[in-house]
Amino acid sequence: MTISRRALLAMGVIAGGGLLTACGSNTGRGDGGGSGPTLSHWYHQYGETGTQQAVNRYAAAYKKAHVTVQWRPGDYDQQTAAALLTDSGPDVFEVNGPTLDQIQGGQVVDLTDLLDGVKDDFNPAVLTPKTYEGKIWGIPQTIDMQMLYYRKSLLKDAGLEPPDTLDALVDAAHKLTTKKVKGLFLGNDGGAGVLGGTPLYAAGLQLVTDDGKPGFDDPEAARALGKIHQLYAGKSLLLGAPADWADPSAFLQGLTAMQWTGLWALPQVQKELGDDFGVLPFPKDGPSGRPSVPVGAYGAAVSARSRNKEAAKEYVKWLWVEQTGDQEDFALSYGFHIPARISLAKKAAKLKTGAAADAVSFATDHGYAQPLLWTPAAQTAYQDALSRIIKDGANPDDELKTVLRKVSAELARVQKKKP
Amino acid sequence: MSRRRTLWFWIFVGPFAAGLALFTYVPLLWSVGLSFFDAHNTVTPTHFVGVDNYTAMLSDDAFLASLRTFLLFTAFIVPATYVLALALALMVNRVRRARAFFRSVFFLPAACSYVVAALIWKMSIFNGVRFGLANAVLDFFGADPVAWLSTTDPPWYWLVIVTVRLWLQAGFYMILFLAGLQRINPVLYEAAAVDGARPGWQVLRHITLPQLRATSVAVVLLLVINAFQAFDEFYNLLSDARGYPPYARPPLVYLYYTALGQGQNLGLGSAGAVILALIIAVVTVGQARWFGLGRRNSDG
Repeated sequence: MTISRRALLAMGVIAGGGLLTACGSNTGRGDGGGSGPTLSHWYHQYGETGTQQAVNRYAAAYKKAHVTVQWRPGDYDQQTAAALLTDSGPDVFEVNGPTLDQIQGGQVVDLTDLLDGVKDDFNPAVLTPKTYEGKIWGIPQTIDMQMLYYRKSLLKDAGLEPPDTLDALVDAAHKLTTKKVKGLFLGNDGGAGVLGGTPLYAAGLQLVTDDGKPGFDDPEAARALGKIHQLYAGKSLLLGAPADWADPSAFLQGLTAMQWTGLWALPQVQKELGDDFGVLPFPKDGPSGRPSVPVGAYGAAVSARSRNKEAAKEYVKWLWVEQTGDQEDFALSYGFHIPARISLAKKAAKLKTGAAADAVSFATDHGYAQPLLWTPAAQTAYQDALSRIIKDGANPDDELKTVLRKVSAELARVQKKKP
Repeated sequence: MSRRRTLWFWIFVGPFAAGLALFTYVPLLWSVGLSFFDAHNTVTPTHFVGVDNYTAMLSDDAFLASLRTFLLFTAFIVPATYVLALALALMVNRVRRARAFFRSVFFLPAACSYVVAALIWKMSIFNGVRFGLANAVLDFFGADPVAWLSTTDPPWYWLVIVTVRLWLQAGFYMILFLAGLQRINPVLYEAAAVDGARPGWQVLRHITLPQLRATSVAVVLLLVINAFQAFDEFYNLLSDARGYPPYARPPLVYLYYTALGQGQNLGLGSAGAVILALIIAVVTVGQARWFGLGRRNSDG
């Protein structure tokens, strides 16, 4: 059979058209089967099994709109940031924020009226970073916190008490280090990423003050960060583990005697180690120091590009304000999080005993959340400096001076802009 | 007739030209435009800032450090790949038996993805604990395990980065050199032997290398461009959920975090991209002139 050039061309156009249609991205809007408008709701991929099925179940139970859930593995922050620039993004999305630039850029919708009457029931530590100029831009879903896990038996064998100062932690990590087991695991980067501002808060300082100035212009800051370098230089830190700090594997496999990781790892640690572990906040440092743990919350936000903003807000209100049963299920049935609602956190039986109860008291007494004014650019400058201090032994005073300059410039930039 | 030809020209070239314009030139020009605006979290900015983004980028220590990182990486990887690929080609060219087998074996890694290879290097060969392959070997000789990617003194991470790229790309350039070697007229070697040139270094220096000049120029150009585009293995070896360490951070990785990470500073990122593009253009043109690429009879 011979094919004329014209026929070939026609086939090419058809095939090309087919390909183009196939490329049309599935935005999750679809035609929708349920009543009312169609909403797409994005989540980042949670590690715990069952979470995905749970959020699908919640969405399916909503009657006023057809909600499709997108479960997105990979660089979630990058994906949402890019999607928010277009019309094909989500209507509702969970976000580790929203960031100040997203709020000022008008990318997210004001959700203040959703919390009318129940605002005081949301933990202020995590609600504050989602509040800008008195308005609320994200509804906190659950509280995540991080803390220090240690093996009781290993500390006992070494004749050590659980460290309650940073100096004691440095000392303990050194004494616990043997040829096979390292003293402490702060992540494969040596702690620059996961610790963030925690050592500053432990030294009685903060990232940004309440009046919007850098909160670590103080010699104590350099002193505290210099001690993390001692951990690294003393070869007490586990580095290059196959699974990073967020996963308790290194601790469970006996690669390290102590590990900094999240509350979410608690069920797994409990299952494998039974009673042979304890938890601690990041220990205090210096005369004005106090223990500290970072807390944070993913929030549900509504995209300003959504074609159904009112329906989306109504759905968010239904799920994250009214459906307290689902909120409790989401926080406690799969991984391990503290409900963002104070009333739910108080009720939760799982959080009343043992290490979980300790974790809740750390979060309540010593928790700090990253301030909204602490922008990604400030974070990068600080994290780079912290990495150089820890690994290269760079002079903390000099490094912090550079960071202060950049952070001041960032703070000036965002405080000048109004949404 | 000529109208028909024009029609067919556009039918065949049109789709490609449209694609090129839509997916390459429009974004490129858009990005140049963005670089003159304060474009946080938007691609349609309104606040014109002139050359502020450029001055900010050029006075940013981290960006300048990323350019130095790139230079260092190029200084390592280009000569190393060149020598290794040439050595492999010379060896494979000499074997009498199973030549196809050796050619395939050395070429095969070129088919592997950078992401996959980087993850194998990171998780199984060069992980920092005692059961990683490299550390198991060290342990056998009684040495302490090394945290390859987390140690800055000495900077072991360069070993990981350079070896993964060498493994991936040496085979491809070996094939280019093989093709070049097979084009050399055997008469030249015979004449050299008659003239008393000793086989080995003398023949390599005076016959093989000059005859490979055209291939060498192409290989070096490709290697430099590839090094400029380095992203995949750096990102997959060194990034984690909290970002990227301040060392071994090439420009593309840095710009990725500035413009596309949570920072979303698309104006500043675009300014960096324009600066980088200009550097690549200058270097490539300079290199081409230096080597006399495109000059007639350049391969002698």
